[in-house]
Amino acid sequence: MTNTDFLIIGGGPAGLMAALSASEFGLEPLIIDENQAIGGQLIKQTHMFFGSKAERAGTRGFEIGLELEQEIGKRSIRIERQASAVGYYPDGTVAVLQNEKVTPLKPKAVLVATGASENFVSFPGSDLPGVYGAGAVQTLMNVYGIKPGHRVLMVGSGNIGLIVSYQLMQAGVQVKAIIEGLPKIGGYLVHASKIARAGVPILTRHTILNALGEDMVSGAVISKIDDKWQTIEGTQQTLEVDTICLAVGLSPLTELLWQAGCQMNYIPELGGQVAWHDDLMMTTVPGIFTAGDVTGIEEASTAMLEGELAGLGAVKFLKGDSKDLQSRINDTACRLAGLRAGPFGQKAREGKCKLAECKR
Amino acid sequence: MKKGPVVIVECFQEIPCNPCETSCPRQAISVGDNINALPQVDHHKCNGCTVCVSRCPGLAIFVIDVAYSDAESAVTMPYEFLPLPEKGDLVAALDREGKECCRAKVIKVVNTKAQGKTPLVTLAVPKGMETDVRSFKLAS
Repeated sequence: MTNTDFLIIGGGPAGLMAALSASEFGLEPLIIDENQAIGGQLIKQTHMFFGSKAERAGTRGFEIGLELEQEIGKRSIRIERQASAVGYYPDGTVAVLQNEKVTPLKPKAVLVATGASENFVSFPGSDLPGVYGAGAVQTLMNVYGIKPGHRVLMVGSGNIGLIVSYQLMQAGVQVKAIIEGLPKIGGYLVHASKIARAGVPILTRHTILNALGEDMVSGAVISKIDDKWQTIEGTQQTLEVDTICLAVGLSPLTELLWQAGCQMNYIPELGGQVAWHDDLMMTTVPGIFTAGDVTGIEEASTAMLEGELAGLGAVKFLKGDSKDLQSRINDTACRLAGLRAGPFGQKAREGKCKLAECKR
Repeated sequence: MKKGPVVIVECFQEIPCNPCETSCPRQAISVGDNINALPQVDHHKCNGCTVCVSRCPGLAIFVIDVAYSDAESAVTMPYEFLPLPEKGDLVAALDREGKECCRAKVIKVVNTKAQGKTPLVTLAVPKGMETDVRSFKLAS
């Protein structure tokens, strides 16, 4: 592994788009990713994406991943797979672990596009085999072609819960129900409608009390809850399932940003602790950029545009400003604002506003 | 509506999305500059060609034809499950809640490269049911 001016940590939608936009202006980025396949979560997304033509709307996620990989192959962009950034040192060295060997890299600019990790809920039996995160279920089904179970309870009705339920149904798995603690469905109604019209109940104001089973999941006890999230006696019911899938939110994966000494702020609308960043995604540490879910949980389409901005930000940081660069930046920023302009972008808009005001 | 096939867009939330607009060969659907706006259909321009049905990422577009026959209407829907039905199959038609609402006959299945893995299935349903039928179950 050889050094680079611009190191991109994470080969998901944000990291890949950052590499492409930076290479347009002559940078030769190095992308490292801990997985064998690049594309991040895109490789598991079998549904068509929303957005406009410029964001490849109507294309399925995994196909977007393949398209980006092809474009990258045509440029001076290097990819190191199964390589993890395991530490950031005060002199700007990033330690990269690959094949049991650590290589110290000292880039002039770094993009931390490490994504997010799934949240968990604990309940009696939540440690039984058969309780999965939605990401694991998607990986099993859509990357390895393995059915995770036969009868599933989905916990959470955000877009991930809805989409993974649909994919389970497509794989021939019976989804017994989707439960949601809040009084209304969290994700897009169009996703919920596809599931509802195929006959799967979506139960709002419901929670899981416990999983049944000795050696593996054999059932789940669910119950209605009131507006204080207390279970309502007499509403318990047992579902015969062998799999319980948790889709209860994501948290930014920020360890490297903490190590680098970036100013971190707790912004609930963005999913937890995130690094302060400017309009070009640069953190409070000059030369360290952030983009995608690691700087606020959103959609892959916004992650791609944030990545684009971060790549252009790295160009500006390393090579200075130019008229072409500025007009490219304006265009991307405008498209990003457009995607966030609707009611579903409200949380992200508010979160990013709050974050902007946090600068010390 | 009485003339023949026409598109029904069941997209009721402002989400950032516009492939319906960009895929329509007759510019019958418009979303406009704000990509979050709800699609508007100009039914004078729409001829029910079904191109947008497979392109909608939300699978929220249907084409109905109340002039299909004297007793039946046709409903075209996206269908991403296996096995695909075949022309002539009898199926149980489902409403938006997944409840069986009538019997229906499969009159057309389109699954070429242009559908991009979202095949189109057209059902003949009893007249009046075209506003309810949005899915189906293969007869077991």
